[in-house]
Amino acid sequence: MSILELDGVSGGYGHAQVLHGIDLHVEEGNVAVVLGANGAGKTTTLRAICGIIGVKGDIRFDGKSIVGKHPEEVSRLGIAHVPQGRGTFSELSVDENMRIGAINRKDKEIAGDLERWYSAFPRLGERRKQEAGSMSGGEQQMLALARAMMARPRLLLLDEPSLGLAPLVTRELFAHLGDLNKGEGLSILVVEQNANLALDIGHWGYVLEAGAIAVENTAEKLHDDEAVRKAYLGF
Amino acid sequence: MQLFVEQVLNGVANGVVYGSVALALVLIFRTTGVLNFAQGEMALFATFISWKLTQQGLPVVGAIAISMAIAFVSGAIIERVLIRPVETGRSPLNVVIVTLGMFLALNSLVQLIFGTDPQFMPSAFPKGGIKLFESGGRTATLQKGTLGLVLVLIAECIVLWAILNHTRLGLKLRAVAANPDSARLHGIKAGSMLMLGWAMSAAIGALAGSMVAAQRTGFDSNLMQTVLIYALAAAALGGFDSLWGAVICGIIVGVADALTIQYVDPLNGIEVVMPLAFILVVLMVMPHGLFGKRTVERV
Repeated sequence: MSILELDGVSGGYGHAQVLHGIDLHVEEGNVAVVLGANGAGKTTTLRAICGIIGVKGDIRFDGKSIVGKHPEEVSRLGIAHVPQGRGTFSELSVDENMRIGAINRKDKEIAGDLERWYSAFPRLGERRKQEAGSMSGGEQQMLALARAMMARPRLLLLDEPSLGLAPLVTRELFAHLGDLNKGEGLSILVVEQNANLALDIGHWGYVLEAGAIAVENTAEKLHDDEAVRKAYLGF
Repeated sequence: MQLFVEQVLNGVANGVVYGSVALALVLIFRTTGVLNFAQGEMALFATFISWKLTQQGLPVVGAIAISMAIAFVSGAIIERVLIRPVETGRSPLNVVIVTLGMFLALNSLVQLIFGTDPQFMPSAFPKGGIKLFESGGRTATLQKGTLGLVLVLIAECIVLWAILNHTRLGLKLRAVAANPDSARLHGIKAGSMLMLGWAMSAAIGALAGSMVAAQRTGFDSNLMQTVLIYALAAAALGGFDSLWGAVICGIIVGVADALTIQYVDPLNGIEVVMPLAFILVVLMVMPHGLFGKRTVERV
């Protein structure tokens, strides 16, 4: 069962059309990876899903169309988006950042979740009173991930989480993502340039080129496909 | 010595006025990231509404409460109708220009509707003063109105601080101010929060204006113009993001002003330069003001 389906999605900014009929789906409990060069339309695809830009075509979450919904509504449906730049609330403390993640939850388990993610990300736990903007890029990326999890999302969208991170930190981040997927059964759609790491935790992969899906296959096959690697992934 | 104490008390009396307007400036800055140059004139309009209501026979406190409610709604409407459409533009200067336009428009509107004659705003506080001490034929008196204003300011600060720092609503407001796009992605209705920020600070401004007018023997459409300059100075000195900083620095600015008038003869008549020079020096040494949080941003 697909948790997310994109059906012939086109769209862009003003007159500049970036996406030209994208078909893409994320199976429940799977990690889907979208690869592609700069300008291929990876970020725009995520923005279309979140309702930041208007689109033609259909986008369904849990079988229901979410086209035309505002970002705040999409978020409340259970889609968490970690944008490029990490979306840090810089002048707020780490703790306040985490609470923003759970801002629309009404249940009593928020405090418990906080402790849980602080123990999963001990560095955040140590810095909970610190101003979030003063942390390193890697720590802010972990914060973005933990903050997204505070919403108890059903689908997590990640926009180039490895951008600007040291290789070791990137590896740690993807290990966390793999754990979230396996441990929580969280469905993830991750957009990346770092094909190797992303495909390692992924189930299904897409290669985006000039606003359309050029290739799709299981992550394993994409990873091992010599021709695809040479043509699109550059390794 | 008595003279000094008298002048300090005068300064405090003016300073709480600056502080109360600075509080509204800081509130709107913290919740929307906008420096609202029309804050003083919005408060002026609300003050005339309070005055008009007292003219109709309403008790002062009731009149101010109604005026605050009207200001609250108007603040929200101003954000939605005048600010939001230009905010999506490329330059943050757009909003500044709009607030400057509102500054002029509201002032003219007040003159048009309420006239240019000086009016008298009754005080919500009892008349008279509390004698602090008496010697050599001089008395230092603390006006009850000043004391009342200080107490109101402290109460405002406590309420606003509690809302901003200890409620879910406050966290939403600050989240939107810090990063509106990211706030939206977390399901926060950024537009509503911006409207609320404007509404709250307009209401605070209405309260400030009505009490400022009551401190004066009479007021007209010029009431808030110098006050706004001093309030901006107080807000800048306080670091623009601290509620307590706005109030305390309002008083510092007021006292510095009063002492300059009394003791620095060459600056007589242009004493406004003294506190401003003082602020310049403080901000050169401490760019974040006396109470501002130092923001470090890493990427």
